[in-house]
Amino acid sequence: MQLKKITFKINSKEITIEVDVRESLLDVLRNKLHMTGVKKGCSVGECGACTVLIDNVAFDTCIYLAVWADGKEIRTIEGEAKEGKLSKVQQSFLDEAAVQCGFCTPGFVMSTTEMLESGKVFSKEQIKKELSGHMCRCTGYHNIMLAAEKALQPAKEHGSECTGKCHK
Amino acid sequence: MYDIIAYEEASCIEEAIKLLVANPNATLISGGSDVLIKLHEGRMQDAHLISIHGIKELSGVSMLEDETIVIGSGTSFSKISKHPIVQQFIPVLGEAVDMIGGPQIRNIGTIGGNICNGVTSADSASTLFAFNARLEIQGPDGVRTVLIKEFYKGPGKVDLQHEEILTTIFITPDNYRGYGGHYIKYAMRNAMDIATLGCVALCKVKGINQIEDFRLALGVAAPIPMRCTETEQLIKGENFTEELIEKVGKTALKEVNPRTSWRASKDFRLQLVEELSKRAFRQAFKNAGGEQ
Repeated sequence: MQLKKITFKINSKEITIEVDVRESLLDVLRNKLHMTGVKKGCSVGECGACTVLIDNVAFDTCIYLAVWADGKEIRTIEGEAKEGKLSKVQQSFLDEAAVQCGFCTPGFVMSTTEMLESGKVFSKEQIKKELSGHMCRCTGYHNIMLAAEKALQPAKEHGSECTGKCHK
Repeated sequence: MYDIIAYEEASCIEEAIKLLVANPNATLISGGSDVLIKLHEGRMQDAHLISIHGIKELSGVSMLEDETIVIGSGTSFSKISKHPIVQQFIPVLGEAVDMIGGPQIRNIGTIGGNICNGVTSADSASTLFAFNARLEIQGPDGVRTVLIKEFYKGPGKVDLQHEEILTTIFITPDNYRGYGGHYIKYAMRNAMDIATLGCVALCKVKGINQIEDFRLALGVAAPIPMRCTETEQLIKGENFTEELIEKVGKTALKEVNPRTSWRASKDFRLQLVEELSKRAFRQAFKNAGGEQ
């Protein structure tokens, strides 16, 4: 067994842990850090249920070696609500009842969060493309699309300046 | 847990080569979207991994003084498609790699891995064939370069020794300046799928409708990615007409050698070769500024 000590930020908190070089980041997040909002689905990068943001970019943690997280900043669904208040994306998913069984929801929220924070405007087709790494075999995507569209609507149409970053 | 018996991390290319020399059974891992899946599925066992993941000098897109475009082998697909140099000068490569997998796969997968796998379906490969890309390979004895068409030796086989690393992809200005291009990926799904057939056309137009140069490259139309050189020769110098489009489709058919796989039959792939070659040619001609 080969171990390696790594330091990274998880939801803004810096930690140093020893990981087995054989472990995926998914295994470490779930089993060692108990971030069970990161879901283990296909294990081969096809379903997107294990998606987290690494340096604010969406990655499948099932095909990401844990040792590669050294020095990175990781965000999981557990860190998205601030002071008891859901993020804009989470709130949109809740408002639109954008869940089927809910297993894929954390991943969808993380990818939609990356899109929101990019500041870009997305067409419906572009949203579908950006979320395609989460669509596997379910039929429950209609409300998820509605939620993503709602979260990504330009702030002006909302009559508010909120970009979702501030969690106000 | 992955079936890994040893793991070493290289901080630079030289170190990675030294590690490869010292470990004859080791496997290089960069993005991991192929290697880790092979391990997961048991197609690779007791792996000794040498990681070049995150080596900065392997990642990035830049331009030399003579306007040669330089792409590091460790550059992720999403970095390539979002890069201003790619978008301005070789947009068709950005479009091709933007069709690989889904966003998360494009954030981790690298163009070097896509080529070194040696598979015919690689979305980046056919486009790099069309651009006559030159590959720089570094090994213990120094650096050598090879044209991409000479790099592919057979299905899953490329001209790369165990202790060598593909470091850089070069596209020279004479191979992209003035060209309009178009890539079509045919697959069962719009995302998370492997190409049933991939087709890229590059076109340079003289005046408004004379074909000054034409390049047609295909993936999954043969055991390795290929150029349709006979078709290219026939089209060069001709004026763009509907008959010429038909000729592209019919001639391309004579050059290819697709197989039947569980994804599609040979007959279906032949139909795709004809139809997609025509469509890619038509769009590349338009993108090159041609008018019918």
